[in-house]
Amino acid sequence: MELLIFYPLAGLCVLFALGVVVSNSPINSAISLIGMMLGLAGIFVLQQAHFIAILQIIIYAGAIMVLFMFVIMLLNLKGKGEDEKWQSRDKNILLNVLGGLLATGVLYKIIDIINAGDFNSPAMPPESFGTVREVGTILFTEFVLPFEVASILLLVAMIGAVVLAKSKVD
Amino acid sequence: MILELTITLVKILFIIGLTVGFFAPVLTWVERKQSAIMQDRVGANRADIMGFTALGLFHAIADAIKMFTKEDFVPQGANRFLHTLSPIIAVIPAILTFAVVPFGGQYELWGTHVNLVISDLDVGLLFVFAIASIATYGYVIAGWASNNNWSLLGSMRTASQMISYEVTMGLTIIGVLMVYGSMKLTEIGAAQEDFLSWGFFMQPLGFFMFLAASIAENKRIPFDAPEAESELVAGYFTEYSGLKFGMFFMAEFIEMVTIGAIVTILFFGAWHIPFLSAATILSWLDFLGANGANLVLMLIHIAVFFAKVIFFIWFQMTIRWTLPRFRYDQIMKLGWKILLPLSLANILVTGLVILAVH
Repeated sequence: MELLIFYPLAGLCVLFALGVVVSNSPINSAISLIGMMLGLAGIFVLQQAHFIAILQIIIYAGAIMVLFMFVIMLLNLKGKGEDEKWQSRDKNILLNVLGGLLATGVLYKIIDIINAGDFNSPAMPPESFGTVREVGTILFTEFVLPFEVASILLLVAMIGAVVLAKSKVD
Repeated sequence: MILELTITLVKILFIIGLTVGFFAPVLTWVERKQSAIMQDRVGANRADIMGFTALGLFHAIADAIKMFTKEDFVPQGANRFLHTLSPIIAVIPAILTFAVVPFGGQYELWGTHVNLVISDLDVGLLFVFAIASIATYGYVIAGWASNNNWSLLGSMRTASQMISYEVTMGLTIIGVLMVYGSMKLTEIGAAQEDFLSWGFFMQPLGFFMFLAASIAENKRIPFDAPEAESELVAGYFTEYSGLKFGMFFMAEFIEMVTIGAIVTILFFGAWHIPFLSAATILSWLDFLGANGANLVLMLIHIAVFFAKVIFFIWFQMTIRWTLPRFRYDQIMKLGWKILLPLSLANILVTGLVILAVH
């Protein structure tokens, strides 16, 4: 039953992810990315992590991607005509090589984790797993320091962006 | 198992039938009549079947037939796929929100537990919020796919307006969450049995800000800068005709129902009647037997809930035909400089009061 939902969702995710990389126009890439995030939210739901799934939709699919689309439309990135491919990817060979190495490393690590885990008898999560209360309690007791550090990091980035933008306006 | 599945199916069919089949078409007529009454006109009254006009109610059917039979036009240079996709993205979230909206309490009928909500999610309120944020794409992509500058301008305004007011909406909801200590819409509704514990008395400021933010999210006057007819022709749906155009309208009307339902649950006692608890009604209905009394109570609660929803739909229509359209910069100023600080202050005050009470 779970596999029946997992495989279509995972397949959709992979299809949309491919769409992000191969499509010619930035707007199609952005829409594919939204589809991929929605699929990912579905997989989270399948893992009983409803709260994380909803946050995935609100923050990534709902807020960040709207801003992406906004910027793409504002700058009117149309992908330089119909026949030309969207440029600016294949410029730096060094970057390509480094990116390839990084991807290989990540994949290797993932395979390592999969081999280490015991997937035939997964432990059942407790009843309260993934509820808002549970996530909130853990976030504000055990992980309060990383949580606050991350929020300060975001604040710094935000102030930095405002300062940079303002100095250009003035 | 099969019984549960049947009950869920019945609830889904009830909600879809009510929103798409009843509210969406009837509200087009109600809106015309409401505007006519407020402007001292007669309003839609000509469409008739065999001489019967039913106060013009058949205009809803006539509109539907017109939309189904009109030419579906896609402008030159438009992205045909996205042009078709965007009305669908706009209308689905509007209906999907009802998956977590309870339209009644919980009842014991003939040994079966009936919970009048399709899916009682632990994160119900956030689900509403998440789905609302998905709806933005329908409008944004519509303008982009039309290959028309008016449409694109409308989409840009939609995107910025919806992002701005989502912030306020989220922050006002936090006040309600703090008061009731739950994100389940069913629990928030059940907590308001006592008249004085209604959200409106707990969060008066929150109610007004939530209503303003949700009308802005729905892009209706006074917040309809995205479709501002006098500046942008019709904004993001300038290039839409026929059923696709109709779907944008359907989304707007269903969203009105959604707003009415959410406001009722969060702030106006959900399915409860003021000063009349469920236990009192049950004791009056004692002669019907336990099951019969529960059934009647359920029907009463559903009726009360939808009466409140209809009141808030009427309220939104009255606002729409009373106020003029705000200027675009005024909308942004209201959102970021007035509502956002106010909603933050609301959270602070709510927190302090809760701390003082405990």
